[in-house]
Amino acid sequence: MSAGFRHNHLLSIRDLDRDDVNQILDAAESFIEVSRRSVRKVPTLRGKTLINMFFEASTRTRTSFELAGKRLSADVVNVSSSGSSVSKGESLLDTCKTLEAMRPDLVVIRHPASGAPAFVAAHIGCSVINGGDGSHEHPTQALLDAFAIRKAFGTLSGLKVVIVGDILHSRVARSNAALLGRFGSEVRFCGPRTLMPAEAAALGVTVYYDLKEALRGADVIMLLRIQKERLEGPLVPSMREYSRQYGVSQRHLELASPRAIVMHPGPMNRGVEIHTALADSERSVILDQVEAGVAVRMAVLYLLTKEVRAQTPRQAASDAG
Amino acid sequence: MDEVADVVIEAGRIARIGRDAAAGLSGEKIRVLDVAGRWVVPGFVDLHAHFREPGYEYKEDVASGLRAAAAGGFTGVCVMPNTKPINDTRAITEMMMARGRAAAGPRLYPFAAATVGSAGEQLTEMADLRDAGAIGVSDDGKCLMNAAVMRAALEYARTFDMLFSQHCEDHDLTAGAQMHEGHVSTRLGLQGWPRAAEDVIVARDLILAELTGARYHVAHVSSLGAVRLLREAKSRGLAVSAEVTPHHLLLTHDALIGFDTACKVNPPLREPEDIAALREALRDGTIDCIATDHAPHSPLEKQCEFAAASPGMIGLEPAVPLLLDLVRDGLLSPMRLVEALSTKPARLGKLEGGTLKAGSVADLAVIDPERRWTISQASLSSRSSNTPFLNKEVRGKAILTMVAGQIVYES
Repeated sequence: MSAGFRHNHLLSIRDLDRDDVNQILDAAESFIEVSRRSVRKVPTLRGKTLINMFFEASTRTRTSFELAGKRLSADVVNVSSSGSSVSKGESLLDTCKTLEAMRPDLVVIRHPASGAPAFVAAHIGCSVINGGDGSHEHPTQALLDAFAIRKAFGTLSGLKVVIVGDILHSRVARSNAALLGRFGSEVRFCGPRTLMPAEAAALGVTVYYDLKEALRGADVIMLLRIQKERLEGPLVPSMREYSRQYGVSQRHLELASPRAIVMHPGPMNRGVEIHTALADSERSVILDQVEAGVAVRMAVLYLLTKEVRAQTPRQAASDAG
Repeated sequence: MDEVADVVIEAGRIARIGRDAAAGLSGEKIRVLDVAGRWVVPGFVDLHAHFREPGYEYKEDVASGLRAAAAGGFTGVCVMPNTKPINDTRAITEMMMARGRAAAGPRLYPFAAATVGSAGEQLTEMADLRDAGAIGVSDDGKCLMNAAVMRAALEYARTFDMLFSQHCEDHDLTAGAQMHEGHVSTRLGLQGWPRAAEDVIVARDLILAELTGARYHVAHVSSLGAVRLLREAKSRGLAVSAEVTPHHLLLTHDALIGFDTACKVNPPLREPEDIAALREALRDGTIDCIATDHAPHSPLEKQCEFAAASPGMIGLEPAVPLLLDLVRDGLLSPMRLVEALSTKPARLGKLEGGTLKAGSVADLAVIDPERRWTISQASLSSRSSNTPFLNKEVRGKAILTMVAGQIVYES
């Protein structure tokens, strides 16, 4: 029941139990239909205001939240700001207070500092959604990934999920490990030791340094973008070596489960972490992830808006206004 | 000594001490302080505090810092040179000393910078700084990374008999670090500060201290590896020393879950095995003394995203109740506590006080180990209140502090 959603904010996957996740994904199932109609809009959040506060460059996440808000008829405002610190003018605290005075109902925060959305949530009256914070979490990404995985396998349990790449700096890896671990899937992290965080196994995952070993029997192969600036730095010697050791191509699929799917949160470096033919192959669900992103974010916006929770998601999605 | 006794103070000095030492004394010029049931201890001496003057007086200044010290039972405080400008020249040391004298509270002992601007390149005029009142040198907050400069700094400091206090952090290993590197930093996605960054500097410095014979002191030890290195060095008779802070004895990196900026300190809060090693080392003398690393910050530096927050917490006033918790838990004897807060740091810094022996200066404090109070903005004398223990009720308080026979704090 949507009325049972008990959270005011979405800050971390760790705050969600299985029921919460299922509730979001079930609501997203209803909302995905909205985006496939000729009139892609329902009046659910009419009169509500959503502010997308992006302190870090982003195209797909910001667009996805913007469309999610608009398809629910919310008024959506995008604010972009580079970085934030006391030395660079307005403090994050003042930014929050200023935003709050404009009386938004929902605020999405993307910020380069881990923990920034939690800080904002502690100082602002409306609902806060973590749109990605530093290397900490990206909960809506993990939820949309879960949506795509559930669509492919009908379950989030008992799967073997391999996440390959720059785990050290990846909020996507952390949120996915938390979510899929909660459902009893086996999460494997794979990458060179220089890109693996300390005591990664404490996140409930198995750590691999050899790609082939990690891929054995995998149901889901999730590749992470490796930042160009990390290549040819102190952590990875070159793009060539990274690609040869950890780049995944179609021939790797032989090691995986016959039904394995390939995922990527984007944007992709074709030819580096993912060979281009694999990205375009029938095993790739990368564009399904993008589509799921809008639906999952619609579900999150809907569930966090208290007054509309009395409606069921199906009612909300079918209400023509 | 641990006994019920009278302490007779005359003309700023302890005249005599012992059972019934004050028997028969009477008259108008005599003031009797009845502190039966309380602890009379030599005043505490802090080898490591930040008073922020000059430059950051909105966080703390010398006068407010000394008031906080007095309220915490401290009669002497060494202040670090990372002010603005940095205390690397005689004029700044003299200005601090003058502010200290004017405050007429606990004694102020500046550490001067070891290198100009604490930039790790050119030595400061240590002789001049010593003559102005500096008791030692340190580039605290920054580690002296260049081994050749470090060797020269130790040799030069030894020439003028100054204590060298090192903030042990290999800055290359901690670039971008926000907290202790471990499973909590991994979970929070905060860049880690590995123990190894402390240990490699301690190891290098102990070798250089042996080479130079300087009075070398490790500031705020936080890692079990550093403890092991110190124990080995001391077992060979090296004249090196070390301090530990109350927060490193009490808190672990778990306190960071939730991104509480009050718990962001440098070096960072570590793990239970580090705490165990630090406590054992404090008991057996491998770690000589307790220093607060009193680091006042305003809400500007703390009410912000974690990465933007400045490291440090205040320590002078919370020290007594927090450390008494260790005593109550049987982890530290009262005598060792007093030694580590007073006798030992006074001796390491070659400072006044640290003893109640007859003839010594009357720097002392009276501690009520049972007094309950709440650490709050209102109850603190410090200008800042950045501590994770804010609004917590605690047990134990300095109720009287005396410097050279003058009462500088009473509650």
